Amino acid sequence: MTDDTIQTLLEKHLRRIAPEVPLDDIDRSADLREEFDIDSMDFMTLITGLGKELSLPMPEADYDQMRSFDDLAGYLRSHSQ
Amino acid sequence: MTEFVMPSLGADMEDGTLVEQLVAPGDPIHRGDIIAAVETQKGAIEIEVFEDGFLDKWLVPLGKKVPVGTPIAMIRTSNEPDDPDMPQPADPTPAAPPPEAPQPVDPVAPPATPEEPSPTPEQPPEIPPELSQPDRQRVSPAARRRAAETGFDLTSLGTGKIISLDDIPDATGAVQPEPVSAMRQAISAAMTRSKREIPHYYLSDTIDLTRAEDFISAHNADQPPDARLALGVLYIRAVALAAQKYTDFNGYFEDGKFTPGDAVHLGMAINLRSGGLVAPALHDATEGELPALMARLKDLVTRVRQGRFRARELSDPTITLTSLGDRGVAGITGVIFPPQVAIVGIGTPTLQPAVIAGGVQPRRMAQITLAADHRVSDGHNGARFLRAIIKHLQNPEQL
Repeated sequence: MTDDTIQTLLEKHLRRIAPEVPLDDIDRSADLREEFDIDSMDFMTLITGLGKELSLPMPEADYDQMRSFDDLAGYLRSHSQ
Repeated sequence: MTEFVMPSLGADMEDGTLVEQLVAPGDPIHRGDIIAAVETQKGAIEIEVFEDGFLDKWLVPLGKKVPVGTPIAMIRTSNEPDDPDMPQPADPTPAAPPPEAPQPVDPVAPPATPEEPSPTPEQPPEIPPELSQPDRQRVSPAARRRAAETGFDLTSLGTGKIISLDDIPDATGAVQPEPVSAMRQAISAAMTRSKREIPHYYLSDTIDLTRAEDFISAHNADQPPDARLALGVLYIRAVALAAQKYTDFNGYFEDGKFTPGDAVHLGMAINLRSGGLVAPALHDATEGELPALMARLKDLVTRVRQGRFRARELSDPTITLTSLGDRGVAGITGVIFPPQVAIVGIGTPTLQPAVIAGGVQPRRMAQITLAADHRVSDGHNGARFLRAIIKHLQNPEQL
């Protein structure tokens, strides 16, 4: 999957949860949950949605690799073939 | 024949606007069916019916704002003859409340009696014909008024959701953050009443959540994302079990006396992105396995954040839980939501040094606080209640 496809997909799911946060304004290397002001329930919704769409297990043990927007995009890229 | 009245959806609600009629006259209805939606300061609320029968007729047109207690529909109960030509006798008895789910009666809300002056002097806005069509666009009266004033094209917004005032740009073209102020008013009314009437007392302690977090991680390790549990579901169950045992913290204080709840309907303080918060009930929070409770919690949070919740969820909470989640601060001391008598607050867990068996270990610790009503309980029993919650959280496998 290309970087652009992953990026678009991630943006789509984030916009559903935090529609009022402009994607251009966020720090993509900072904590995703701080940047989008999402709580653990929102994060579960995000992971569930991405996991379903990409058929990935998204184990909780990997959550540390999904901390920022860039981390999460990188994780999705390396795990979806 | 019984009257179906505008329900009181909380201590701060005085009136509501009927925005949806989901059944037509003559349609069969069943206990628990959602038959209408009402717009309040807290958003659009779905209204359930509490008996079986047929909808006889609507008494209030769409878009009309009426006080709590005003009859909004007539319901023909199942054992009455189905005779639409029968003359309508005036029914002297108000709609009976559901036996197992009494609506808390709010002492300051307008009474549901005929002494209320003619319900609405206000002229109902004109309802365009498309409102009565299936798949119609659902637009709040205020939104419709602003669209008419500014010439905004409502059809551009589609029919997917209820359109409220803040969806319509005002004359300057900016979208107004109007619901925040209505929400703020609702919070202000309830919290001012709480601070004026309820003699709060406060207790706090620290919980070691290491085992609780390990329990959640172990459960989640081999589960797909949508079957995973959140730590919050353990908080819910622990508070609910303790409240079931310590009955002085679970119920309503009304008309000078305390009535314990017959079940634990745990109010969940849920913050909204648009500003403010609501605390609807997770019903029977002592019941069911943890995965089922988690599913109900997710359903509630999702619906609340979409501005869609049910009447009983707003009126039923018997005690409230407010948790700061994992990105908050150390502690929260809540303000009791009247007519409830207690609120439990749990801060954000952090890694802290703890002394265990003479040695220092890093443990996940959180602050827990209780704010309770001194008219009903004292610090001694409050401490026992708080300790019971802590004990449950330290034995997560028994939850």
